[in-house]
Amino acid sequence: MKKMPVLLSTLLISAALAGCAEKEASSQPEEATAEPIDLQEEVDAYKEFAIEQMNEFVLETEKFTEAVKSGDMEKAKELYPLARMYFERSEPIAESFGDLDPRIDARLADIQEAGQGEENWSGYHKIEYGLWEENTTEGYAEVADQLLTDTKELRARVETVDVTPDLMVTGAVDLLNEVSTSKITGEEEIYSHTDLYDFQANVEGAEKIFRILEPEITEKDKALTENLETKFDALYALLDKHRTGENGFVSYEELTAEDTKQLSEAVNQLGEPLSQMGIIME
Amino acid sequence: MTSTDEKWLEKKISRRSMLKITGASAAGAAVLASGMGGVAKAFGFDILEDDATAQNKVRFYGKHQSGITTDTTTHVYFASLNVLVESQNELQELFKTWTPLAVRLMNGEQLEEMSQGVFTPPKDTGESIGLDASNLTITFGVGPSLFDNKKLGLGTKKPAELKELPHFPKDQIDDQYSGGDICIQACADDPQVAFHAVRNLVRAASGKVTLKWTQTGFTSMPKEKDKKATPRNLFAFKDGTVNPSPKNDTDMKEVVWVQPDDSQSWMTNGTYLVVRKIQMHLETWDRTSLKAQEDTFGRHRDSGAPIGKKNEFDEVDLDSKDTTGNPHISADSHMALARKVKDRILRRGFSYASGLIDETGAYDAGLLFISFQKNPQQFINIQNALGRADKLNEYITHRGSGVFACFPGVQKGSYIGEKLFNAF
Repeated sequence: MKKMPVLLSTLLISAALAGCAEKEASSQPEEATAEPIDLQEEVDAYKEFAIEQMNEFVLETEKFTEAVKSGDMEKAKELYPLARMYFERSEPIAESFGDLDPRIDARLADIQEAGQGEENWSGYHKIEYGLWEENTTEGYAEVADQLLTDTKELRARVETVDVTPDLMVTGAVDLLNEVSTSKITGEEEIYSHTDLYDFQANVEGAEKIFRILEPEITEKDKALTENLETKFDALYALLDKHRTGENGFVSYEELTAEDTKQLSEAVNQLGEPLSQMGIIME
Repeated sequence: MTSTDEKWLEKKISRRSMLKITGASAAGAAVLASGMGGVAKAFGFDILEDDATAQNKVRFYGKHQSGITTDTTTHVYFASLNVLVESQNELQELFKTWTPLAVRLMNGEQLEEMSQGVFTPPKDTGESIGLDASNLTITFGVGPSLFDNKKLGLGTKKPAELKELPHFPKDQIDDQYSGGDICIQACADDPQVAFHAVRNLVRAASGKVTLKWTQTGFTSMPKEKDKKATPRNLFAFKDGTVNPSPKNDTDMKEVVWVQPDDSQSWMTNGTYLVVRKIQMHLETWDRTSLKAQEDTFGRHRDSGAPIGKKNEFDEVDLDSKDTTGNPHISADSHMALARKVKDRILRRGFSYASGLIDETGAYDAGLLFISFQKNPQQFINIQNALGRADKLNEYITHRGSGVFACFPGVQKGSYIGEKLFNAF
């Protein structure tokens, strides 16, 4: 049985206690109805989504690493931001693996922060450095091979993740927090400046979680669903202003301070109601 | 308000905050007690009461808003907001949402009695837990741009005198610290309480407003013979010696409170807030001789007395001369110029110190000048009189500016700004 709305349960119990002695009425009746709600279907749906994204991530990473190894700079640069979007969409799952996540997605700054040197740096951002900063693919074949191996391992291990409703709700908010703290500042893609691709993917990842939980949310608070719809629309509309080509975005460097402020505010305005999705577990 | 908001309010409102239904009926409001017998509601918002038992508390309800003639506190957090709402109805709802929250904040209460569900963020950001009301006041005002926003349909209610301030000589106004659709002035004797108030009001209005600029400020009143003395600004001069007394009703009616027929009817018992962010060049000031400092203001630094006199409140005589026949108070001193104008204003300023100016490494410090007047023209006349001549100009730069129409006070059963929305 799903947990009764608190208001209703309190009412019922208050009525039941109406004839009782004072001291009994002062006990805390709300706890009595607490029972975990069943969100297995939603959890399964999300896991399925994550696996789909990971399958695509492996395929696209394969194409990307092939381009790097064959020295096709142009192709590699084109594939780089698109392949990463599959990873960014399912980041709440991908980052459950503390060892694999940095091997695939660490920035040099992260490595240095952890007290390690450049020799420990691997993954997408290392190749990003080669492509945009050094303007070469030479010497990156090994990094590319390792990246593909790590990506495949990530895909295999996703099956084992214990997805919970809490992970979903927290994950959705975390995706937006990622945007607020690193994408909006251009710190994620400091060489390629393809931050808006990651931005879009993070928001899509958060929206997916909302869509899966939407019926539950609507049941508890219809206004919250409506509010979230509006705020997602507003954020996507802002992002659309910075699209270029078929499925691309302009460089982060083209954004003005006013642009990033608008985007940042739209993220915050979405984040507040998004953090209320936890009501489905109350 | 979302239904979840209503739920937590209904569930956890403290009993002492509840309104007696009879009181609200007298106000002509259609009041219904909720099913829980909890919070009284009128027009779909919650009516809470001032908590007479709260420590260091200023009343929310009254003829005038708090934070204007109530005692000056030691801290301010001033916020200017732009609205994101797209209709008058939404704007009205925003002020209805804010009203009970403001009462709670000024009671020194949290926005919820205790942390509720663990899977959602707490309703109250919580940094004021354990602190009392700290004489918190929250003053709301609306800027000219709100009336120019066509979507809100308030154009015909814009008072003629509510317009952005003109450019004054030597102004270096930066849009980054200027204007705004709504202002919230939160004053308290604790900086954390003041900040908490604005933070939570803005958070409760997520998606409806956005912060345009904010400024913290502080001031300290030394005690002299158990009485609060005039505070000093960062140049060490007493600031506000000639201020009218907020305790003097006649003066306040003359200087501060809009009287019937003065303006648009909804402004009666309201006032205008002028805010100026004035950078004070501390480095240059600190290498200025005491004599030059005193000549700049026209007063002695330590006593605050007019030059040539002994005490702060001694009569100012612009004609008095020293033994060599020169006037004690030079004609281009700040005080001499200010006294040429008949207009009066009620000043309620604060100092600020906000880190450094990036380009120069100088202190970003100065005066968060706030004044209240029944017509912004009073301020404009004074500022024009200071003009280019003011000796003080060499040491200060006006960087931010704003003018806001502050609503009259809120009666129990009503909400902030109701008169604006219901004016004809």
